[in-house]
Order: sequence, then structure tokens, then C-alpha cells
Amino acid sequence: MSVLRVRVWRGSAEGAFQAFEVPRHASQTVLDVVTHIQRVLEPTLAYRFACRVGMCGSCAMTVNGVARWTCRTHVDKVARGGALEIAPLANLPVIRDLVTDMREFFDKWARAKGQFSGARSRADDFARVAPQSPARQDVDAAIECIGCGVCYSSCDVVAWNPDYLGPAALNRAWTLERDERDAARVERLRAVAGDAGCHACHTHMSCSERCPQRISPTAGIAGLKRAATAAALKGEL
Amino acid sequence: MKAALRARNHPAYWAFVVHRVSGILLALYLPAHFWALGLALHQAARLDAFLRWTDQPLVRFGEWGLVLLLAVHLGGGLRLLALEFLPWRDWQKSLAAAAAALALVVGLAFALAL
Amino acid sequence: MSVRGEALLWAAQRASAALLALCVAVHLATMIYAVHAGLGAAEILHRTRGNALWLGFYALFLLAVAVHVPIGLRAVLGEWLGWRGRSRDAALAAFALALAWLGARAILGVFL
Repeated sequence: MSVLRVRVWRGSAEGAFQAFEVPRHASQTVLDVVTHIQRVLEPTLAYRFACRVGMCGSCAMTVNGVARWTCRTHVDKVARGGALEIAPLANLPVIRDLVTDMREFFDKWARAKGQFSGARSRADDFARVAPQSPARQDVDAAIECIGCGVCYSSCDVVAWNPDYLGPAALNRAWTLERDERDAARVERLRAVAGDAGCHACHTHMSCSERCPQRISPTAGIAGLKRAATAAALKGEL
Repeated sequence: MKAALRARNHPAYWAFVVHRVSGILLALYLPAHFWALGLALHQAARLDAFLRWTDQPLVRFGEWGLVLLLAVHLGGGLRLLALEFLPWRDWQKSLAAAAAALALVVGLAFALAL
Repeated sequence: MSVRGEALLWAAQRASAALLALCVAVHLATMIYAVHAGLGAAEILHRTRGNALWLGFYALFLLAVAVHVPIGLRAVLGEWLGWRGRSRDAALAAFALALAWLGARAILGVFL
């Protein structure tokens, strides 16, 4: 039976990689590897997971330098010469080992006004949104985000600019910008424009490359750039 | 370092690096360029001497490098304008290749003109 | 800087970029032609001096450059050197003026 040589981050901001040897199986995911380490080799290892079937995004970690869902990453795809390096998601404070503090990620979501703001009451008729309308298609292309943090962790502008809202928050803002029922358009554009917002995106497209849901935050951010700039020119910002 | 590179080894990221580095180099070059041309105003003799200096092969090579930097920055810039202002399409990724090709053509044209 | 200001800077950057795309294309074509035809300094200056059309073109080119270059550097300074705030903007404004002044001298020398 062959063996995987796995290095796992231990500690928080300060720490070191600890080496383990894990039995290699066919059809093994990186989450299987981490689980084996915690259950059999090192019970003090801290890590997050939930559904383990690629739906919740909790198991996102940095595998050989790349942010991935570990439950959906086959070892065969990433183990180079039988070696794996597993670290917590980048661009987020590390609580312990493989667990990051995601508060800032979600705080930025809120700062980007990533919440729906409606104008109708129960007394009004239903809103009618044509599913094939260009606006709704833009929303549909971006709506499946589950907030896993992979894009945020992959973005260099997030690393270089602490205030930058990041791809996930901006992508969510985009889905609301294109939602014809939403009534908070100008406040949202004010929230997402500028150096801390969409205008700081340099189209690296690492977010779009890495998103496990195949969303392209870059596309949405480009749309926000246009909308925010138009609002600025009109004096709305 | 290798791990850092692995996550960034895709066309759009290289397009960014090339665009930013070429921009910085051009920004450093421009004041010198303007200053040299300004010599034509009052110091024609110095300009003549300067232009004779540019006849040297190493300087010629540098000039070609500058043309390439300009072409590459232009190509990358056009790609960005397309990404930001045109409707989003799936073939966006090939824009990076198109920009590089355009720059190469310009660089070749300059090299052949020499 | 206000969010509105930053959005307008971005717009100015893209607008100047579009103008520069045209200017740079013309400039590169001209340079390639000049090198190919083996034009020396005297010959070039003979063609450019007193030429109002080229003067106007390069004046426009210079204006676009003086807008585009500092705004481009602004992002680099903020992201790679951590330099933000008023001092950065003041330094870049000074750089823009310096570029414009040097460029104006060059234009006057070559086209007037």
C-alpha cells in the first residue's frame, strides 16, 4: 500500500507545518486525508467540515497553495509525487490549524449592502420577473454563491488592500444590482464603488478560476464598475 | 513561492503582471523621454549628440524593448477595456492571447524596420 | 478621497486609455515608419517643425498621458508599497504636473 506524505499547518498566525504519513487509497479526497489524520494520528488537529459532499463549502482549505473544497478534491488530482501540503484559507485570520475566522468575510458582505431591499408589501401584487430577461440571466449566473471563501482567499487585491470588499461580497451586490425588485440601488452602488470596492479589481480573475460553483465574480464586478461609474457621473454617488 | 505561483498560473493573472510591470517601466521611462526631446528646444547640439548615441546597437535594442513594452501595455489595456465595457462572453480568456499576439506583431514590425 | 472621487478617477483612467489606444497606435506607426525610412534627427525635425496638426495631436497625447500615468501608478503605490492617503495623491498630482511640463517642453522643441 502506498503512503502519502502530508504536511499540515499547526498553530495560528505563528506556527509550523507538521508532517504525517497517511495510507493512500483509490478515490480518496483531501478531506478524507485530513479526517484520517485527526481521527487516527493527531486528535488535536482542528478543521472544519459539514456536508462532505460539495454543497456547503465549509471544508475549503489551501491545498498545495491553491484554495479548494477538500471534499471535492481527489488526492490523485493534486498530490505531486505522493506529497500534499494543507494549510488554512489565505487572507483570513487563523483561529487554529486549518480553521479560519470568517467574520471579516461576512462583514464585508454586509458592508457591500449584500441584502435584498424590497419596496412592496403583502398588499401589493407579486413582482413579475421574466426568467429569460438579460437582467435575470445575469442574476442567475451569479446567485449560486454559498459563501465558501475560496474566491476571497484566492484574490491578491484582498491581500494587498485590507479594505477591499472582495469578490464574493461584490458578486452578491451584483446579483442585487440586477434584481429589478430591489429598491436600494443607489445606496448599494455607493457602498461598492471606490478603492475599497469594485474599482480596485484588477481583473486577475483568480476568483473566477477557482470558484467551485463556476461563478465569475469578475463579470459581476465589471458590471458594478460600469454602474457605479455611471452613477458617479450623474452625481448620484 | 512555488505554491504561490501555482495558484496564480493562469492567463489572466500573467496578463495582469505583464500589464502592471510594463506600465511601471513606461512610467519610469517617460520623463527621460520628454527630457531628451526637450533638448531640441535650446540645446540642439546636445540633442544631436544624444541621437548619435542612440545609434549604438545596445540602445537600438533598448528602443525595441520600449516599443515592445508599449505594445504589450496597449494590448493588455485593450483587453481590459473589452472585459470591462463589452458584454461578458465565455471567450474572454482568449483575449489575453489576442493581446499578446498584437504586441508581438508590433514588436516584430519594429524589429524588421531596423 | 471620496467614493465619488475614486469612481471618477477610474473613469478618467479608462477614458484616457481609450484615447491613448488611438494615440499610441499612431505614434508606433509613425516611429516604425521613421525608423524604416532611416530618418535622422534633422530630417524628422524638418518635417515636424511648424506642423500645427502634429502639434495638436501630440498635445492631446500628452494630456492623456498626464492623466493616465499618475492614476495607474496610484494603484501600484497603494497596493505594493502600502502608500495611501493625501500624501500619495499630492505626490501624484505633482508628478502629473512634472510630466505635463516636461512634455510641453518637448512638444515646443519638436513642433514649434
